[in-house]
This record gives sequence, C-alpha cells and structure tokens, in this order.
Amino acid sequence: MNDVAVIGFASSATSVTTSGVETLVPVFEAALGQAGLERRDVDFWCSGSSDYLAGRAFSFVNAVDAIGAVPPIAESHVEMDAAWALYEAYIKILAGEASTALVYGFGKGTAGELNRVLALQLDPYTVAPLWPDAISVAALQARLGLDAGLFSERDMAAVAVAREDASSVEALLDRPYLRVPLREHDVARVADGAAAVVLAAGDRVGGRRAAWISGIGHRVDPQGFGERDLTAVPSASAAAADAGGLDDVQVAALHAPFTHQDLLLRRALGLSPEVRGVAFGSDPMFSAGLSRIGAAAGEVMSGRASVAVAHATAGPLLQQNLVCKLRSVA
Amino acid sequence: MDTLSAPLTIAFDYTRSLGPVLGRFMAGLRERRVLGGRTSDGRVRVPPLEYDPDTHEPVTDFVEVSPTGTVLSWTWTDRLLEGQPLDRPFGWALIRLDGADTPLLHAVDAGTAEAMNTGMRVRIRWAASPVGHIRDIACFEPEPVGLPPLSHGRCDSGGSPTGTSDGDGGAAAAPPVTIMTTPIRLHYRHSTSVEESGYLRALAEGRITGRRCPVCRKVYVPPRVCPACGVATDEEVEVADRGTVTTFCVVNVPFAGQRLTPPYVVAQVLLDGADIPIPHLVLGVPAAEVRMGLRVTAVWRDRADWSTTPENIDHFEPSGEADAPYETFAEHL
Repeated sequence: MNDVAVIGFASSATSVTTSGVETLVPVFEAALGQAGLERRDVDFWCSGSSDYLAGRAFSFVNAVDAIGAVPPIAESHVEMDAAWALYEAYIKILAGEASTALVYGFGKGTAGELNRVLALQLDPYTVAPLWPDAISVAALQARLGLDAGLFSERDMAAVAVAREDASSVEALLDRPYLRVPLREHDVARVADGAAAVVLAAGDRVGGRRAAWISGIGHRVDPQGFGERDLTAVPSASAAAADAGGLDDVQVAALHAPFTHQDLLLRRALGLSPEVRGVAFGSDPMFSAGLSRIGAAAGEVMSGRASVAVAHATAGPLLQQNLVCKLRSVA
Repeated sequence: MDTLSAPLTIAFDYTRSLGPVLGRFMAGLRERRVLGGRTSDGRVRVPPLEYDPDTHEPVTDFVEVSPTGTVLSWTWTDRLLEGQPLDRPFGWALIRLDGADTPLLHAVDAGTAEAMNTGMRVRIRWAASPVGHIRDIACFEPEPVGLPPLSHGRCDSGGSPTGTSDGDGGAAAAPPVTIMTTPIRLHYRHSTSVEESGYLRALAEGRITGRRCPVCRKVYVPPRVCPACGVATDEEVEVADRGTVTTFCVVNVPFAGQRLTPPYVVAQVLLDGADIPIPHLVLGVPAAEVRMGLRVTAVWRDRADWSTTPENIDHFEPSGEADAPYETFAEHL
C-alpha cells in the first residue's frame, strides 16, 4: 500500500461570486506551486461544496472550469466539507488508482442566510420543518454541557480569546447573549472561502517537503438530537482511535464552529492541555475542515511539530467527525 | 470595478414519502396524539425510529405518550426567521414528553426568556387544523400551575405544510400518512464576477462582449474562466449580434411557466467572433425550417426596456444570409 503525504496547501478568505470559480484559480496555482506540480500532473481532483450555499443546482460543476478539464480529468465531489473529499482522494491513492490528487473546498457562506439554510441539514420529517436556526440549536448543546458541569461560560470565552487574540475573558462575559447561553464570541463568524490541499503517494513525494498521513478516520453519530448524548462526541473519539490515537500529538487544528464545541472536542479526543491549538476565527463552510488539515500539515512541514492532528466536522452539533494525523516522517 | 449582484429566491415544496413508522407518527399527530416507538432496549423514542439501532429490525411497537413533558435544555430567540413556529420571541427546547425516553426539539411560547428554565413543565399547543405533519404541534406552552391557560398567540404556519393519506380519511382506524409536504423558501444574493459584470453592463448598452483566453485564444460569451485551460480570461472582445445555428431542438412539450406556445425552437447560436454558442430562441420562421448552419440575427427589445440582462435580446430570427458551411461551426458542436 502507498504512503500518502500532504505536499501543498493554499486557501483564500474571500469569494467574490456565488460560484466561487474565480477564487479557485489562484488557490489552485498557489497549492500546486507549493507542491511543485503542474496542473496536468494531478491524477485526481476531488471537491467539497453544497448547492445550498450557492442557491443553485449542480453548483460544483461550475467550479470544474477552474481546473481546465480538457482533455478530460478524473474528478469527484462530496456534498460535505472538503476534508471528506480528502478522505476519498486518500483512499484513491492508497488503492493505487492515483499517485497525486488535488482536493478543494469552497463556498460563499455569506450569499444566503446560512443560520437558516442550515436547518435543512436537520431531520427532514420532524425538525427541519420548524426552521430552527443553527445558533439556537448549538445553544441547546452548550447548555447541556454547562448544566452537566463540563465547562463554564468563562471557559467558553477563554476559547474565544485564544482564537481572536483580541479581548479579555471578562470583557467578553460582559456582553449580551446572542442565544442564551451563547454570546457573539461563541459563534465562529460566517465566512466565504476556499482551500486546496495537494496529496501525493510516497514515490511521488521525492525531495519535497511533506506531512505524512499516518492515520485518518471518520465516523458519524445518529441524526436525532434525542438519540445521542449531545455532550459526548462518540464519533470524534472513534475517529481518533481509527486514526491511530492521539497520545503523541503536539499540535491540534480543530474545526469547532462554536466555542463550547472546541471544549467538547478536546474532551472527546483526549487532548491534554499541553497540546497546542491552531486558532481559526471564522468558519468558511466546506473548506474549514480541509483548511485544518492544511494548517496541521503546515505545522509539520515547517518543523514546528513532528506530530499534528487535524479535525473536521460536518452536520449539526458535531454529528460527523473526521480526524487526520500527520507526521514529519513516513 | 464594482461587481453586479441581485437577490435570488428559490422556493419549492419538499415532498417526502413517509414509511410505516413516520406515517403512523404523523397520523397520530393528526388525531392530536403523540406516538412513540418502543425499541428492543425497552426505550420509547419520540419521534420514533424507523429501525431498531441494536437489532436493525423495523420498529412496530407504538406507544402513546403524554402531550406534556419536561424541558431538558433551552435557549431563547428574539431574531425570528421565516417559517419558524411563532411570530414573536420564543424559546427553543429539547422536551422529553411524559412516557418517552428521548427528547424532541420544538418551540416554547413562554413570553419571556425569564419564564424558561431547565426542568420546566410544558404541554403541546395543537394546531387548529391538524393535517398529519410535525407542524400539527403548533408549539409548546408552559404547563399552567393552578393558573388559567395562556392566551393563544398566533402560530405562523410558514406556508402550508400538508399531509396526505391513502384511502378513506374517515375510516375508523386512521391510515398512516403517506406524504408530507414542507414549503421551502431560501433567499440569497447572487454575485457575479468582474468579467460577468462587464458582460452584463455591455448588454445594457446593446453590446455583446466576451473574453479571450490568454492560453488557447478562444473567446467565451458570456465570459468565464477558460474551462479548457483553467485560467482567467483577460481580454474583453466585442462580438456580433448575429451568428450561426450550430444545433437546435424543437420544443413540443408544454410545461409550467412556459412563455411560448409549442412548437418553438431553442437553438445554440454561435455569434460571429465567439468560440462558444449561447442558447436562445429562434423565432420568425416555422420550426420545421430551422436547420444547422442557419444564419440568424438578434431581435432586441425596445431600448427603453434594456437593463443588465441577456433578456434585452428577445429572440433571434433568420438574417436572410446564405447558410454557413458545416466546416465553419463543426468545432463548436
């Protein structure tokens, strides 16, 4: 079986158009430039995006323009964060069907009313028809954690301070609730964005800087809010075990759209306080998780860490979780 | 350059078929009863699961639970969104009904956030006319403790959810609901690229522009990232408002929202100077006479009606020129 490594990463914090095509062209160029590959060297392209962000059907097909698909390319798409597209590409390389891949995620989160659109990922029979907004639903989870004594509102604010590096915990706690017990700082900013990661099989890495994927796993918890303990994240724990365990990790790039979810994830993943976090202030839907993998790979490729973990989440209230462990040596 | 953007609303009825479990659940709601499903571990789940998570067998044991219950977690919203159950600030809560082992999510019409608390007792307020839909539960309200019931606020239906049953709805044993419909309306602001904005602004002046790929030199109308080369197209090129029909179809099928009476022709028109055809109507000629290679010219609407839209061109019609030889457009099919 092939070893697989991340050899390139780039991202953008903007997206002018709803389709995002023009944003992807320079992101691809930058990621391939870092990887030292040409467009035609890519065996497999895989993306993550959603029509519900763009408000039109088959929106991901537009994005293929940014690849240059003549002559025909091998391409696939997931209607999830592109971290799951990376999983597909990783399997493809493991299986020997490709030796290089470019994975990308994109979305203009500000094009619609994301907080409302996300109701449509809830149970379509008994929950979505009520149109609960995403922040309110997250607030229900936060209160369960607070009532159970797992963390305090002060702990949540401390996550925000570390993330934004801007204010004090006290100043944040003086602010009004957005949806009690969540305040504005507890909610990652809705953002536009795009990201691309370049993967290569071991024999294609050559002398390039690389972050080797030593383990990756993804799991899902039941959809019904009443069907799981919303303060545990069993699928994250299971994904971490699938990825080979996180005992030796030095740095973690977690995808937590809400501060209380950062705290729940650290518990579920068993991360000690010594594990350094990579801070992200915004949540660009469909590229945020992939960007965590890119950031964790960057920690390894730069030599700041020899073992790093990236995490991505999808669905409501940390329902689906992907854990990717990266090392400086194969 | 400022790029153009415009509001975009998409709306559709989300029509879902219900299986035997959710069909029973919704039929229960229509009768103002809440049915849970008992699974092999003895737990009563509300809403019921379709399959047992342990044995994977279909769930068939239905248990009626109480319309009253306890709040396990809650929040408060004063930023109401379209389609939500109430038209004034309200609480969202996870509510475990008496007799159930799992909570469901719903709205609580409590008046103020201060009236909400974990552990509070609530009861269902039923919709005036239940139809077999989750919205038959209009919302929950605090259970009165020796007090008269709260006045009933209007519950915003958010469109008209409906449920449909097979067979005679008046039968003694209510048949399961087979279909439930939820109206969906989503609002966006659609944003164009710099290149698309240039194209649309030119149309407002009665001009058609495209952009040339710096690599393969092809001209795209409307402009787009070159799909063959994957690079931005940089050079603006004005093309003619006449061209050649490369291929076409005769529309014979009526459909909702159709503006013309069939039969009529939709064609791919390769404008002179462009390397990719645009789809448009070809009128002013019997459908049977439209052919590949037919030369056509744009018929613009009244100039006073022009704006930043390709609809400024009403349709194309034959120009009277001799047909274009096949070789001149073969590459563009």
